[in-house]
Amino acid sequence: MTSQLVLIALLDGIAYAALVFIVSVGLTLIFGVLRVLNIAHGSLYAVGAYTAASFGIWIAAAKISPWLSYPTLAIAAAIVGITLGSAIERLLLQRIYDKEEVLQLLATFAVFMILDDAQRLIWGVQPYFAATPLRLLGNVQIGAVTYTVYQIVLLPVVAVAVLVGLRFYLRYATSGRVILAVAEDREAARAIGINVSRVYLTTFIIGAVLAALGGSLASPTTSILPGMGTDMLVLSFAVAASAGLGRIEGAAITALLIGLGRSVAVYWAPELDVLVPYLIMTLVLLVRPQTFQSRRI
Amino acid sequence: MKSLLIAASVCVGMASVGLAADKPNELKIGITTFMSGPASVFGVPGKASAELIIEEWNRKGGIGGVPVKLFFVDEGAGTQAMLAEYRRLVQEEKVDVMLASISSGNCQVVAPLAEDLKVLDYMWDCSTQRIFEEGKYRYVYRPQSYGTPEMLSTVLYVLRKRPDLKTIAVVNQDYAWGRDSWQLFSTALKVLKPDVTVVAELFPKFGAADYSTEISRLQALHPDVVLSTAWGGDLDTLVRQANQRGLMQQSLFVLPLVESSLERLGNDLPEGVIAGARGDNYFLNPEYKDKPDFKAFVDAFRKKTNAYPIYPVFHMAQSLFALRNAYEKAMVANGGQWPSREQVADATKGITTEAYSRPITIREDGQGLADQLLGTTKRDPKYNFAVMDDIAVYPAEKISTPVGKMSVEWLKTLEPSILNMQVPTYKHPM
Repeated sequence: MTSQLVLIALLDGIAYAALVFIVSVGLTLIFGVLRVLNIAHGSLYAVGAYTAASFGIWIAAAKISPWLSYPTLAIAAAIVGITLGSAIERLLLQRIYDKEEVLQLLATFAVFMILDDAQRLIWGVQPYFAATPLRLLGNVQIGAVTYTVYQIVLLPVVAVAVLVGLRFYLRYATSGRVILAVAEDREAARAIGINVSRVYLTTFIIGAVLAALGGSLASPTTSILPGMGTDMLVLSFAVAASAGLGRIEGAAITALLIGLGRSVAVYWAPELDVLVPYLIMTLVLLVRPQTFQSRRI
Repeated sequence: MKSLLIAASVCVGMASVGLAADKPNELKIGITTFMSGPASVFGVPGKASAELIIEEWNRKGGIGGVPVKLFFVDEGAGTQAMLAEYRRLVQEEKVDVMLASISSGNCQVVAPLAEDLKVLDYMWDCSTQRIFEEGKYRYVYRPQSYGTPEMLSTVLYVLRKRPDLKTIAVVNQDYAWGRDSWQLFSTALKVLKPDVTVVAELFPKFGAADYSTEISRLQALHPDVVLSTAWGGDLDTLVRQANQRGLMQQSLFVLPLVESSLERLGNDLPEGVIAGARGDNYFLNPEYKDKPDFKAFVDAFRKKTNAYPIYPVFHMAQSLFALRNAYEKAMVANGGQWPSREQVADATKGITTEAYSRPITIREDGQGLADQLLGTTKRDPKYNFAVMDDIAVYPAEKISTPVGKMSVEWLKTLEPSILNMQVPTYKHPM
């Protein structure tokens, strides 16, 4: 194992982990506060990707500055997260917070199926690709390998910004501390006058925006097509379960472990590539089973 | 004498009334295809192809004077759901013929079911060689291409273009086709060019969204050739990511299924990539592109879908045309009467069909022999995507496993003289 190969595997792992973290931290945040496992998270990721790609295609067709495609990645995430997030929380989840977990799972699964069909209706079945943000930043040569700046610089920077920003918001912003209070003890928070319903809405929207942001950031790098949300959903569950549902830093570490594990597997045991996230999850749950039950934002 | 003639006329008249009554009101054809999920990039154009052809036939009276009614089943719902719907169509809707399916995995489970249900099944797009090598069927046929000639012709074309090939890497989807096609390709390559070293065998997950790590590894390994039999969104993603990072300029890419992605990939597919078409299915097929019926079909398909036809579109045509041929042959053999399923099944053996490609003959084992077209990508200002140049068309009978033999074992017996096979070649007219 040469040091150059280790460096290459490290860079690949970090780039992969960045996207996985952004999506899975949204899932873990929603569970930590609302105590709902949101299956529709995968659809929010896919709709975010489709919306960002649509903006990108529109920018190209309108022949306006391609640099505008960067802010549209964030705008697409915000639009999808706020509109769909608030609709799902207000129209559905609010009615089933006190119901059994299995009902919540089924309800969010139904939303996942509906949104999956909606994607087909709106965008069809042919793959979309809008790679302008990937191309504009160009490539960088590291040893024998050429990387895109977008994947090894921009994505990790955004992931770190999400981690730091989320932690800062929850620890120092008043509305963030209110979220922590509700996560810690819903009834006590309600007793001291906190509007729990609004906190739930805010938290769900933040989680939904993060899912959509993951999709919009992924859109320049991949083909966007029906069903793309499923894989990311499963991966996010693996991260959230390994990290401990509701643990933000844990999600970052687990995403990094999975990213590095996957790239190491591609180099030295490619047949294990697909298994790595689940091997890591199994190992973590065997060694530290209490993480799965614990919740901490 | 006069009364005898009248009696005879009445009898003939009654017989013809009886014959007309024997014909069904409609011929029901069930088609399984991907209408959802990643494989819908094949399934939806395949469905459009069937609708286009059947609409045209029905305007002219259908098959043997019987209008055709189509039923579609979504393979994207999963194998079990597809099988349940397949059974329902045959047993409750009384469908006469099934065209199933795209997925090789689905074809493997459909074949024995078709035998059980005694329903004629034309496998319209799947490619696994295992169907007719591991089983014998009366009701199951495949009037289009399959894996072994596709992979062997690719090996021959690669060695023609790069006789000095030393190292190769593979990036195939991790499922039956990805694994089987690599086994066929690598077996033939080892026999015909034993000194080639396989430097990496990568099988990323089916539907993978990111190939960054695989691309990094391939850049570090620097193989002469990178093979991928991926298709659909997976292939598009791999090509775009590899091209963006310069891998396609570093190694020769060999993509035997990329004909179906040419238009979608646009400028992302560079020149110099070896491209295949699962048969000689190509909208600019040099032997067919100027024929009026071919041009009419391409134009009609573009008008209906706003896209050029890709190989599943041609595969669907090949199955439907073969079915019409089989019905017409069976009717002739049946004295002009509407044939039974068994008569159509038996008539399918040996028929030769020409449906926007070179004629395809169905062998006694049920497998169609489709010639194989390969080319190298080139830019033409008339199209905003890559087209094929330096096209070679390989005759199916020389590159297909003989009846009764297993492909992998047969490939091991190839003689190096096959490399000298003379085949027609064509330049793309600029």
